[in-house]
Amino acid sequence: MTFISRRDLLKSAVGAVAAVPVAGAFEASDGRAIVAPERSAESFALRDESMARAFQASGAPEALESLSAHEMEVLDAIVGRLIPTDANGPGAVEAGAARYIDRALAGALSPTREAYRSGLAALDRYAQSSRGKTFKELSPTDQDSVLIDVETGAATGFAGSCAAFFAMVLNHTHQGTFGDPYYGGNRDFAGWDLIGYPGVRTMVSPTDQRTLEAHQLKSNHKSAYDYGTFTKSSARLSADAGGDRQA
Amino acid sequence: MANRLKDTDVVIVGLGAAGGVAALPLAQAGIEVVGLEAGTWLTRKDFAPDELRNNVRGWPQSVQKANQEIPTSRPNASSPSAPRGTVHPMQNSVGGTTLHYWGQSWRLNPWDFKVVSETTRRYGASRIPKGSTVEDWPFDYDELEAYYDKVEYGVGVSGQAGNVDGRIDPRGNPFEAPRRRGYPMPPLRWTEFIEKMAGSAKSLGFHPFPGPAAVNSRSYQNRSPCMYHGFCNRGGCHVDAKNSTMVTTIPRAQATGRLKVVTRAHVTTIEVDANGQVAGVNYLTDGVEYFQPAKVVLVAGYTYENVRLLLLSKSKAFPNGLSNNHGQVGRHYFSHNMLAGVSALFPSNTSSWYGLPAQGVAVDDWADDNFDHSGLDFIGGGNLWVYSDRRPIGAAGMSTFGRAPAWGSAWKAFIKENADRSNTAYIQKTTLPYEDNYIDLDPVVKDPLGFPVCRVTAEFKENERRVSLFTQGKMEQWYREAGAVAIQRAPVGGAMGISTHAYGGTRMGDNPATNVVDRWGLSHEAPNLGVLGASTMGTSGAHNPTLTVQALAWRTAEHLAKNWNRISNRRS
Repeated sequence: MTFISRRDLLKSAVGAVAAVPVAGAFEASDGRAIVAPERSAESFALRDESMARAFQASGAPEALESLSAHEMEVLDAIVGRLIPTDANGPGAVEAGAARYIDRALAGALSPTREAYRSGLAALDRYAQSSRGKTFKELSPTDQDSVLIDVETGAATGFAGSCAAFFAMVLNHTHQGTFGDPYYGGNRDFAGWDLIGYPGVRTMVSPTDQRTLEAHQLKSNHKSAYDYGTFTKSSARLSADAGGDRQA
Repeated sequence: MANRLKDTDVVIVGLGAAGGVAALPLAQAGIEVVGLEAGTWLTRKDFAPDELRNNVRGWPQSVQKANQEIPTSRPNASSPSAPRGTVHPMQNSVGGTTLHYWGQSWRLNPWDFKVVSETTRRYGASRIPKGSTVEDWPFDYDELEAYYDKVEYGVGVSGQAGNVDGRIDPRGNPFEAPRRRGYPMPPLRWTEFIEKMAGSAKSLGFHPFPGPAAVNSRSYQNRSPCMYHGFCNRGGCHVDAKNSTMVTTIPRAQATGRLKVVTRAHVTTIEVDANGQVAGVNYLTDGVEYFQPAKVVLVAGYTYENVRLLLLSKSKAFPNGLSNNHGQVGRHYFSHNMLAGVSALFPSNTSSWYGLPAQGVAVDDWADDNFDHSGLDFIGGGNLWVYSDRRPIGAAGMSTFGRAPAWGSAWKAFIKENADRSNTAYIQKTTLPYEDNYIDLDPVVKDPLGFPVCRVTAEFKENERRVSLFTQGKMEQWYREAGAVAIQRAPVGGAMGISTHAYGGTRMGDNPATNVVDRWGLSHEAPNLGVLGASTMGTSGAHNPTLTVQALAWRTAEHLAKNWNRISNRRS
């Protein structure tokens, strides 16, 4: 098989640089100090009710690990259009896909940190220059039209291929919506419930399988690490690479 | 100067699928073995059912020796190299890639051993594709049958026999060659969807059967049966039900007291003495250099590692790399033509969330020479494999079959309905070696130690493209019979790239001018050097290589043990 992942091609197309230093807890990755109040719930779009709920639940705002507050706002608005909240239920915003990406940019996805910094800025500039407003201020319909331009390569002002940037964000949005909640996304199992995945199990009996086939298997809402038997130490250290590969 | 270690009889470089098997018959015969493994021991705690980690981020393949030496690749000598991938398809650990592989454990067909003579006999010599360097194997299927049997019982393979001593059992593969007995375990269970696919195959007149798997369908050798939890693909087994060499042959070899396992040993070169005999291997652990002397060296890494280690081991006797005085190291390379699959969309759920890629239904009617090629413009064929394997991120990335955009509310509605309704068949196809497909050392790219990595120059040729189109047509017919509402075919042909099924480079054959190792897997040029792995295979057939790799490793080890005095005494 060809062992060059789509993501590898994207990386080279986007021109992502090698790993950037991991941002400290109170420092944005561009080196600018972030004061704690900026990370209050209000600094995020309050329409992201679940994020606000998470803040309330934990009693403290969740620190961003890589993105600036503004970058997070733009990214959250993007993922909200990629997998929107609609009649089919919660989307990528409720799942916390942007938070997943923020965390991963400090670890496994760190080689794409620069691509995010420059891509998010370019997308916002393009929204302003072509539609007269920042991306976040645009109506959902206009946001979609901007994203279509980025997806199809028609948007201007990007350092590398805007289509590659779009594909990368979509890919990571899938990871943050449908990946194990251990990594900060798929909050409340929103992604797994959307597609009907009944949760991580360590044993599936013939009866379980027949129950699934009868559409009666209820989700157990379990992460791999809820089982307590698996080593977590390596879970966040690995370099991002490869797609769902065949062995 | 390297630290010189105590002498041993045999040093095995790499304790994976091949080396992990060879250690057992050697140790049982009383031969002292040192197994050098670049990776470490892993345990069931390391095998979290975590798609992001295993399938997306490539753990535990990442941060490994192999990962630092990912080959470059290009379709042909006049093309630039493609961007390198970031994860090597193989992993370094005790047990190697048998920890995370699919576990499909197929025997080859008799035809695969005799492609040249059988094609010539049945259709004429002109049907051998132009430019192919394919040769008959130096022995036939019957020679390997005993070793297939040893591995099937030694590590444990589940399956349904189709031909025991010539008696055809319609529940199994009627096209398989005779076997002396059935599998040690019944096949893995089927899902409703797999049953339905089998029924549709029958209505087309095909002969469906469950595929063989090195995964326990019931308790075997005091290890658990499979739990069907859905993370077998690129994941290790949390209950030791996947029969990797880590849980089968390696511990049994250790129990003899004659296998010493050395982990984190990164072998850099093989030493050759003044007589042109192999003297031992150099390896690094944490930057410290060791020399392990041995009477016999068995190179048992993955195809790229085997070729690279020989090419990097230059000496006065072998100025172009060890065992390469005929210029054959790196030649006759090919990767299995196993992509170019077919995807189908069904009108109802397939309930595939909890399965494994070795759980499925196969059709061999269009594999190898199981059908008449008289009116066709190719030789060989493909194994059609429909299996049960799905995880959430992979599901979200499914094709929308032209029925929805890739994102937004319409996509969300599509994926909500269809995430569990697609299936993609795996079609492994005959692939041949060609004059201009080869591995050499990259002139530019080096690993962190400063040694060049492999460069793969290879593309699928016309015969491979025709086999792909033909088998895709059969697969599409099968899916349509089962009620698929949409079909998508993957592109055929193109560059071979870096593969999990990489063959050749140290081919086995009687003629030293065209083969690196002899019929026993020992070097024609340095007879106390052996090579284990698919790098010795000259044809692929239409089935996964691992069982054949392991049968060959067992056979080489047994030959070595039986002829120990003669082979080891070459060095004096």
